[in-house]
Amino acid sequence: HLATSLPLPSERDHLRPRIDLIAFMIDIKSKYSLKNVEASLAHVDASFFLGKVCFLVTGVGRVNYCSVEMNAIWKLGEVYCSPVLFCELELEGIRVATAQRLVRMLQICAGHIPGVSALCFGSLMRNSADD
Amino acid sequence: MESADGVARTLPSIGRLSRGPPFGRAHGRFGLSPSGRLLPPAPRSQENADPQKTAFLLRKQWTLYSVTPLYRFSNAHLRDYARLLSAFIAAEKQKGLAVEVGVELAIKVAVSSLPDLKGSDQDQAAILVQLSSRSPASPKNSEEKLIWSGWFCCVSGDDLSENVAEDFTCLPLFLANGAECYTSIVGSWFQKTFDCCFRRLAISPLNLSWMAAMWTGCKVDKTTSAMELVFSVPCLPQPLDISYAIHPEDAKALWDTVQKTPGEITQEEVDVFMDCLYSHFHRHFKIHLSATKLVKVSTAIASAHCDGIIKFLQSQYLTGVLMLLTELAISQIQ
Repeated sequence: HLATSLPLPSERDHLRPRIDLIAFMIDIKSKYSLKNVEASLAHVDASFFLGKVCFLVTGVGRVNYCSVEMNAIWKLGEVYCSPVLFCELELEGIRVATAQRLVRMLQICAGHIPGVSALCFGSLMRNSADD
Repeated sequence: MESADGVARTLPSIGRLSRGPPFGRAHGRFGLSPSGRLLPPAPRSQENADPQKTAFLLRKQWTLYSVTPLYRFSNAHLRDYARLLSAFIAAEKQKGLAVEVGVELAIKVAVSSLPDLKGSDQDQAAILVQLSSRSPASPKNSEEKLIWSGWFCCVSGDDLSENVAEDFTCLPLFLANGAECYTSIVGSWFQKTFDCCFRRLAISPLNLSWMAAMWTGCKVDKTTSAMELVFSVPCLPQPLDISYAIHPEDAKALWDTVQKTPGEITQEEVDVFMDCLYSHFHRHFKIHLSATKLVKVSTAIASAHCDGIIKFLQSQYLTGVLMLLTELAISQIQ
């Protein structure tokens, strides 16, 4: 399900299936997208931040178009204990690889992979932050 | 060291380019910007720097390039370099890469040094290359017309010069004004002779917004032109540019309320400043400028375009602007 911002409209709540993963997309060329994501984060229930949220940063192929400061994005990942993925949607190879990664993460979050749960993402994050 | 608390304010020695642990995970590829910068010192009274000498640099459009360190370049051989470059240009013209159709122009090359354009004593003095043409019709009353100028400079480039070996000269910033064909001829001569590499220096919207904030805060004597920001709107069938002009005093008043520590600027202050301007615009026009791309910034000090084009307007702040551009050039090289 694709939405431009949160909260999702309440009319269709009863028809909506369970949400297993929320991927917030930030376009590095648009500061507006970062502000939008920051505002939407406030509407997410705290239980999602145990591995069911990730940040997807797009447009990283072109450094010279960068309008968003990288520190702000890293800080967001740290504060919300969620992984930050980078991709460039204009390149098909990277687009496909990123989609595969997200699908894999989704499978884990939905509980389809035995032995691995969404909570593992959180512990992986902590290890890399302490180096 | 956490980036959360306005790092640059407490540790001025880290100053401009922070390349230590906090940025360890973010690579230079991702438009890395420091969380704080030191402002260039207020323009010193012109005891050593003669504004006349650098006046010719003002009000011209310069295209920016970053240059890797030059191998075995020596200030003592400038005349020889001029001679060699002039021979090279003549040879290129012979080869048929004629730059001007029809009129045969004799091109004279002058290479000189501009010792005033440096930030610290460790910096190399700037090197100026000028191409002038003399019409062969009247060789005696040589009205030499300047057809192309280019200059290499380095202002406070300690980060780079500290790390290079002995034989290398660090002049990371190159500015060119004139026909592109001459730029490529001169550039290829330098690349062949000194084993260096030229690359166009583009300025990202993030860095342009830094420039807008830094230059707004500068004191200028006379009444000045408006501060102008130009934005390009993406993803439209026809390109749309938005030009946002702000009265310079209003902009300065806004910046003065935002900036806390004189002499230093942090990323947060730049963000707050730009957000105020964007929300003002949104209130009137219902357009989110933060979703567009900032392509050009013009203030009374200088004007900069994201394609890497700069125009200096005030000689007293020339070194300050060059310091910022040198920093950008160095980060493109590394």
